[in-house]
Amino acid sequence: MSTAATTRSQTRIVGAPVPRKEGIDKLVGRAQYVDDLTREGMFYGATVRSTIPRGLIRSIAFDPHIAWCDFTIVTAKDIPGKNHIQLIVADQPCLAETQVNHCDEPILLLAHPDKHKLLAAVAAVHIEYDPLPAVFSIEESESQKEIILGEDNLIKSFLLEKGDVDSAWARAAHIVEGEYRTGPQEHLYIENNGMIAEWSAEDGITVWGSLQCPYYVHKTLRAVFDLPDEKVRVIQTETGGAFGGKEDYPSVLASHAGLLAMKSGHAVKMVYDRMEDLAATTKRHPSRIRHRTALDADGKLLAMEIDLATDGGAYSTLSATVLSRATLHACGPYVCPNIRLRSRAWATNHVPYGAFRGFGAPQAIFAMERHMDAIAAALHIDPPIDPVELRRRNFLHQGDRNATDQLMREPVILDQLLDRALAESDYHAKRARYARENLASPVKRGMGIAAFYHGSGFTGSGELYLNSLAGVDVTPDEKVRVLVSNTEFGQGTNTILTQIAAEALGLEFSDVTMVPPDTAHIPNSGPTVASRTGMVVGRIIERACLQLLALLRESAGLQEKSTREQFFAACRRFRAAHGKVESLCYYEAPPGIHWDDATYHGEAYGAYAWAVYVAQVAVDTVTYSAEVEDFWAVQEVGRVLHPVLATGQIEGGVAQAIGYALYEKVVLENGRMANNQMTNYIMPTAEDVPPIHVVFEEIPFRYGGYGAKGIGELPHDGPAPAILNAIRDATGVPFNAIPLLPEDLFATLAAREHPENLWEPVAS
Amino acid sequence: MSTRWDSIRFTVNGQPRTVHAPPMKRLLDVLREDLHLTGTKEGCGEGECGSCSVRMNGELVNSCLVPVLQAEGAQIQTVEGLAPDLDSGGALHPLQEAFLHCGGAQCGICTPGMLMAAAQLIERHPHPSQAEIREGLAGNLCRCTGFARIFASVVAAATHAAPEQEPDAR
Repeated sequence: MSTAATTRSQTRIVGAPVPRKEGIDKLVGRAQYVDDLTREGMFYGATVRSTIPRGLIRSIAFDPHIAWCDFTIVTAKDIPGKNHIQLIVADQPCLAETQVNHCDEPILLLAHPDKHKLLAAVAAVHIEYDPLPAVFSIEESESQKEIILGEDNLIKSFLLEKGDVDSAWARAAHIVEGEYRTGPQEHLYIENNGMIAEWSAEDGITVWGSLQCPYYVHKTLRAVFDLPDEKVRVIQTETGGAFGGKEDYPSVLASHAGLLAMKSGHAVKMVYDRMEDLAATTKRHPSRIRHRTALDADGKLLAMEIDLATDGGAYSTLSATVLSRATLHACGPYVCPNIRLRSRAWATNHVPYGAFRGFGAPQAIFAMERHMDAIAAALHIDPPIDPVELRRRNFLHQGDRNATDQLMREPVILDQLLDRALAESDYHAKRARYARENLASPVKRGMGIAAFYHGSGFTGSGELYLNSLAGVDVTPDEKVRVLVSNTEFGQGTNTILTQIAAEALGLEFSDVTMVPPDTAHIPNSGPTVASRTGMVVGRIIERACLQLLALLRESAGLQEKSTREQFFAACRRFRAAHGKVESLCYYEAPPGIHWDDATYHGEAYGAYAWAVYVAQVAVDTVTYSAEVEDFWAVQEVGRVLHPVLATGQIEGGVAQAIGYALYEKVVLENGRMANNQMTNYIMPTAEDVPPIHVVFEEIPFRYGGYGAKGIGELPHDGPAPAILNAIRDATGVPFNAIPLLPEDLFATLAAREHPENLWEPVAS
Repeated sequence: MSTRWDSIRFTVNGQPRTVHAPPMKRLLDVLREDLHLTGTKEGCGEGECGSCSVRMNGELVNSCLVPVLQAEGAQIQTVEGLAPDLDSGGALHPLQEAFLHCGGAQCGICTPGMLMAAAQLIERHPHPSQAEIREGLAGNLCRCTGFARIFASVVAAATHAAPEQEPDAR
């Protein structure tokens, strides 16, 4: 390519461990999260929620012991526009009016100047219902005995077909079947959901909040308040973790705070406490995935039939797109000529499930990668084939086509990643050693692997529909400002986009700042989801900077080789002539991206990140606890823009996925989360997380920001299957459902080894 | 809860303070609302997450579990007290410096509490082992980092604060 390609790989700031852009503010306690802010005359808001999973609202009564005249009370009747949250399908009410479809569904809102008065007031609103039968599982929903949504309880379904599955079974040397289940998972961002709203007839509505996607909130507020674009303003405050949990839910909370602000005439703050946040907001979709796989005599995949089902909860929310990503990751990074995959998201009377890091892929990859080990265990081939060799024989390579027939145009280095992961973890030697040592030890050790890919950016034509706009401007006081709607919530947006702009413009990191996310001042560069910020938005920023340099060269006398001072001098000349210095670009798709939504065929993603993960696990057969002792994460994510932030993304994702596999159980009773406290919803602590060895192999992706591909979601995909594969290796027992808690290990292992120790007799 | 309000005196970050508050008001709320020290965060309100950690008379406490009357006469340190001279050109605390460079803070919401726990740890164990670091931080939950960069930050800060332990090359 041109000289641009050379300079692109020889960078000063991209790839360097510069300090996090907003790091000092966070470290000295100066960063302003929503609960740190107040507005003059501010009231506090609270939510009255349903106590039953499904039923008709018969009456609402207000206990006379409360001085209700001091409260602002909002019901669905106060909504000036549409009573719905504007996601894919507008079926979720902002406030339930006649019927509730899940526990903790918002029905009525209260505001008061004294937040301490709200708890008693919420308890003093008495709602009576005519209960309706409720549905609490995929099985109950698909039985369609009780129809709770639409005509068939089905939120969305996809059919992905390739080749001829039906004729493959007869030719198969082996057929292996399995069923795999994953439970809900809570994001457990340490900052709960929170929002402040203000309303005036002149300015419309303004909200400040903890959120990922300012323009998603903007869209819902426009509909709920029936206001034009310019009368809705959404400002992101410093956000204390999100992981997808602040993708869709902030639209609900912003609407609620806004309605209370409009009716009360005061600013209103609503910040959930932990119990409310856990009970009422979204979680990862539970899944049930069935595989039936045909292999030839050499252990090569011949056909896959996959039935993938998710529990979507009571409303559609983002379940269709989560199902889409699950579908597109369900066949793994393997070559298989014949595939039939039916996927369905079913409605239940659970709190709607939503976006969570990985967005359906962790569920699908858990099933696929557990199934690969199940296949390896079932095959009787001479010489024997182990889980490593089975994967190696079936890996995708450059020039192959995946399940949607997407041609792998870019390099695919799965073999190299696998070799590195095996070498770093000493996989084969340890496996052999543990097989010997386990015989005489109450602690059984094992090694497990998972190989997977994760598509970067929106699915299929999604990025084209988004049509993101982003860029930079230069202020009179000589600061370059990055103009995006992409938000920082710990993952490093501020830092990497600043690096990209400084690099492309030949400036210093300190010359570039981020415009705070405020829909009054920023273009819509799309949501901060889907591992798209570095690759997709980063590339737009890079192009906008190159466009600015070209403009300054053309019309402000900037030389080809210029200093920082010459750059700002050219900006001054340009501003004098044109008023402002600004450069914005729209998204441009890489060439050759064709996607057919009807047949689920074509280029599902612009790029894939690739990985092989290895877990070393110890299962104590006295206490029945399983512990991850060591972990290796080897991946290719394109260019690593920032080594410390990238490593932190992988480590954090692995830790969160260890929780998904072994600790984090959402206990649902009558459709309500029963363990909605940090005391009994258990995430990994500093004592639980193993050493995590992170290795990057770098192959710059030419259409990503300075060569980046997506990274944020990838690390949540692989650990759960790697860990359960290691437990299979350690114990010889296949476990096919997560979370796998000590009581689950006990129930199975104790029954096998000591049936007399079971508390209840085992049916024979 | 009693509606009686008391005057309670204590020292925060070296400054004597008097607050007029219900005696059972949480120290966390007194710090955030009465003294406008919003660096201390609430994560769970039940002493599980450690986001509200402050040091009181040299002990690490969850300020969401401390009624303010228990703070009568106490010496309290919050995150704002780690680098008190920052605004007048002073330096960051070695732990803050280490967290900045080692990636110990991501979203930042657990960070103030984590820093207080780390400060307590380093005071008790100037050269902490990995096991001591893990135990010292076990009451502070971080959902972003997986703790590895936090451990590295503590090691870097301890090394910086104790030059006799400094490795040969950096």
